[in-house]
Amino acid sequence: MFDYATLRVIWWALLGILLIGFAIMDGFDFGVAALLKVLGHDNEERKVLLQGIEPTWEGNQVWFIVAGGATFAAWPMLYAVSFSGMYMAIALVLLALILRPVGFKFRDKIHDSRWASLWDWVLVASGLVVMLVSGIAFGNLFLGLPFQFDDDLRMTWHGGFIDLLHPFALLCGLVAVAMLLAHGACWAALKADHVIADRAVRIARWMTLIFAVLYVLAGIWLAYGLAGYAIAGPALTEGASNPLLKQVAIGGSWFASYMQYPWFWTAPLAALIAAVGVQALVGRRNVTGFIASSLMVGGTIASAGFALFPFLLPSSRDPHSSLTVWDASSSRGTLWLMLIATVVLLPIVMAYTSWVYRVMRGRVTLDQVRKGTGGY
Amino acid sequence: MIFIDADVVTLSRLQFALTALYHFLFVPLTLGLVWMLAVMESVYVMTGREVWKRMVQFWGVLFGINFAMGVATGVTMEFQFGMNWAYYSHYVGDIFGAPLAIEGLMAFFLEATLIGVFFMGWDRISRVKHLLVTWFLALATSLSALWILIANAWMQYPVGAAFNPQTMRMEVTSFSEVFFNPVAQEKFVHTVSAGYVLGAMFVLSISAWYLLRGRNVDFAKRSMTVAASFGLAAALSVVVLGDASGYTVSLNQQMKLAAIEAMWHTEPAPAAFTVLGMPNVERRTTDYALQIPWVMGLIGTRSFDKTMPGIAELVDVAKGRISNGIQAYDAMLVLRHDKDNAPAKAALAEHDKDLGYALLLKKFVDDPRQATPENIQQAADSTIPNVPVLFWSFRIMVACGFYFIALFAFSFWKASKRTLDSQRWYLRLALWSLPLPWLAIELGWIVAEYGRQPWAIDGVLPTALGVSSVSAGQVLTSLGGFVFFYTVLAIVDVVLMLKFTRKGPDGLGIWPQGAGHV
Repeated sequence: MFDYATLRVIWWALLGILLIGFAIMDGFDFGVAALLKVLGHDNEERKVLLQGIEPTWEGNQVWFIVAGGATFAAWPMLYAVSFSGMYMAIALVLLALILRPVGFKFRDKIHDSRWASLWDWVLVASGLVVMLVSGIAFGNLFLGLPFQFDDDLRMTWHGGFIDLLHPFALLCGLVAVAMLLAHGACWAALKADHVIADRAVRIARWMTLIFAVLYVLAGIWLAYGLAGYAIAGPALTEGASNPLLKQVAIGGSWFASYMQYPWFWTAPLAALIAAVGVQALVGRRNVTGFIASSLMVGGTIASAGFALFPFLLPSSRDPHSSLTVWDASSSRGTLWLMLIATVVLLPIVMAYTSWVYRVMRGRVTLDQVRKGTGGY
Repeated sequence: MIFIDADVVTLSRLQFALTALYHFLFVPLTLGLVWMLAVMESVYVMTGREVWKRMVQFWGVLFGINFAMGVATGVTMEFQFGMNWAYYSHYVGDIFGAPLAIEGLMAFFLEATLIGVFFMGWDRISRVKHLLVTWFLALATSLSALWILIANAWMQYPVGAAFNPQTMRMEVTSFSEVFFNPVAQEKFVHTVSAGYVLGAMFVLSISAWYLLRGRNVDFAKRSMTVAASFGLAAALSVVVLGDASGYTVSLNQQMKLAAIEAMWHTEPAPAAFTVLGMPNVERRTTDYALQIPWVMGLIGTRSFDKTMPGIAELVDVAKGRISNGIQAYDAMLVLRHDKDNAPAKAALAEHDKDLGYALLLKKFVDDPRQATPENIQQAADSTIPNVPVLFWSFRIMVACGFYFIALFAFSFWKASKRTLDSQRWYLRLALWSLPLPWLAIELGWIVAEYGRQPWAIDGVLPTALGVSSVSAGQVLTSLGGFVFFYTVLAIVDVVLMLKFTRKGPDGLGIWPQGAGHV
């Protein structure tokens, strides 16, 4: 039914949807965890915050697992190059993700304030690390990464962890942190006892403001400070998935795809309008503020993906090794099968996920925590 | 061709083995315990008797601690393919990635989304709905195992795929062959059964401890009864289907089977089974062999007249396949720059099943086309896995399996006679048997995966070629991190497990103090 090129575009979109799903669903867990010590002034208040995410964080984290698995299946080269190339950065994220499940589970299993405080710090750090490293990794995509393929399509990487810390990438890291702290605060405003929700509202407002400023700054830097990549000559959209079969030119603008497809502008506009929306709505402490921050997250990630299109992973070392939508995918048969699996299964996932959120709805109050009900 | 650093290969393999074996301490317990929770909760909903709900809640506490460890260590497995095995990921991601992604979508999502409701939803939904949550949780964990084992079975028996010289990787030709791989089905049943045995032993042993202490008596007896029935069925299944999987191994991985049995040479059919002996790698014989005539031939071939190839004969087969593989390799290099070259296409089509055998040569010579007869002999010899390790791991695992059948059958008999707490030696035996399923499960992993060496994908991709182009220092750093954090987490896990076991249902307020009856 779909030709190879269409399937590749669909899978590019699905990759974006899975990443946005991860950032929205798991992002607020990271945000709340990172704000644990700021929003919660004592152990009981922190328990309120944790109980607001504990029933659902585990399912949320699967968005990340599935995004990883789907990348493995649909974009094997993207998975192989990014995970092995950014080795130490990925190892840091992995460590954060290993410590989170046990942090949630073990924290209240021993009643000792030092014990609880230790795990609180672990949760704060793991939240911050994942946000910051994800943002830095995204930023590096626009700078190009130092990898190259030989004729066996074995990749070599010519750089280390420190090379990822370019000022532009750090700026993107801060954008991600501000964005997800705001998003987490919107969740806390919706879910936590009113004392805590009041603090969350203030933090959400500050963080969206910081986010918007940094986001616009990053956009300006991208437009005037960084060279864009483009496929030289006609793109072989139906060709074999071998990056070495194309040529790449550097020196254009990362906004070229926005000129080519003007509707791409809806993404950054949505992110900025949603940031204004958070300012206006978070004070109501209901679901509208959270919807606005979700839109902000989705718009931001989409705007980055749109700018890169058709690139997935540009190579600064050897530009024609760059991975693009047209030459880094799985075979047509695999894209097809995975599309069918996703179209059938993802709606079912969303259906039971919303059921679980409905079952676990309602504000977590200090009273509940003091009575000890609802524990994990 | 880039030189592959032998240290990177060794360290990456060590890291994979350690993290997989560690992950596999927690997953089988989750697999088994969750079904016991489902059974207990079903009895609660059907009879309305509170004791069964308390049982679900108490065993649920231990289940939850273990579940968190399983989730935490599972993330590592997914990251690791990309981090340490990048060329593997590129080379087979087209096939191998799909079952992993579907596992996430179909099983892990369900499991992880419901776990919160399982723990925190008792007062928020009706009994029947909560029971359904538990059942779906159990279903999802086993479904998760199914998809992971479909991926793993493809590493053992890579069906439904072919090499594409344009993309330098394996690509899928038939997903139905990949999904309905006979190895996958037998591995699935064998592996989940092993998990069920572990879950049953966990409940049996801890309950026996309470009975020895005279605590939670009714509670413990009921738990033991469930464990005995569930464990007996699981132990029978794990042995019977372990045998079936032995037969399936013989269809494809004859070398693995020959190594497990230390069959150095082909014997006249039906071959004898070596119960015990000392495999001697130097001289390629098994010293002090204690053999039972006919048994191996019957298990391995299901016949009286078919022979089973021995290691020496399989090395000769490998030599032939390496020679064919060199022709495929040569054709592949031609096709890379001239994709319509007809003779090369024909040569690759004829020999592509043996291409992987030519890649074995890369350990000994840069360009397989330049291989000398000695190189070919070296590469063929490298297809022999570590015989003594497989021989002993397999025998200890099987001995454990038969012991489990005996122990659970005896427990079942005692449970039906209502004499579970009549003999202290039995309770002590049940208690001290607790580590054995873990031992058997870890050894099973070693037989299956260490026995797969030198292949990452049997006959397709040698393990040494699958690594990433990272430095040994990087892998060593992450390995050090794993050893440190996994050790800390193991200590915390054991401390918490012991703490909550000691507290028990009575100490946690789930059950009345003393030997109280409800």
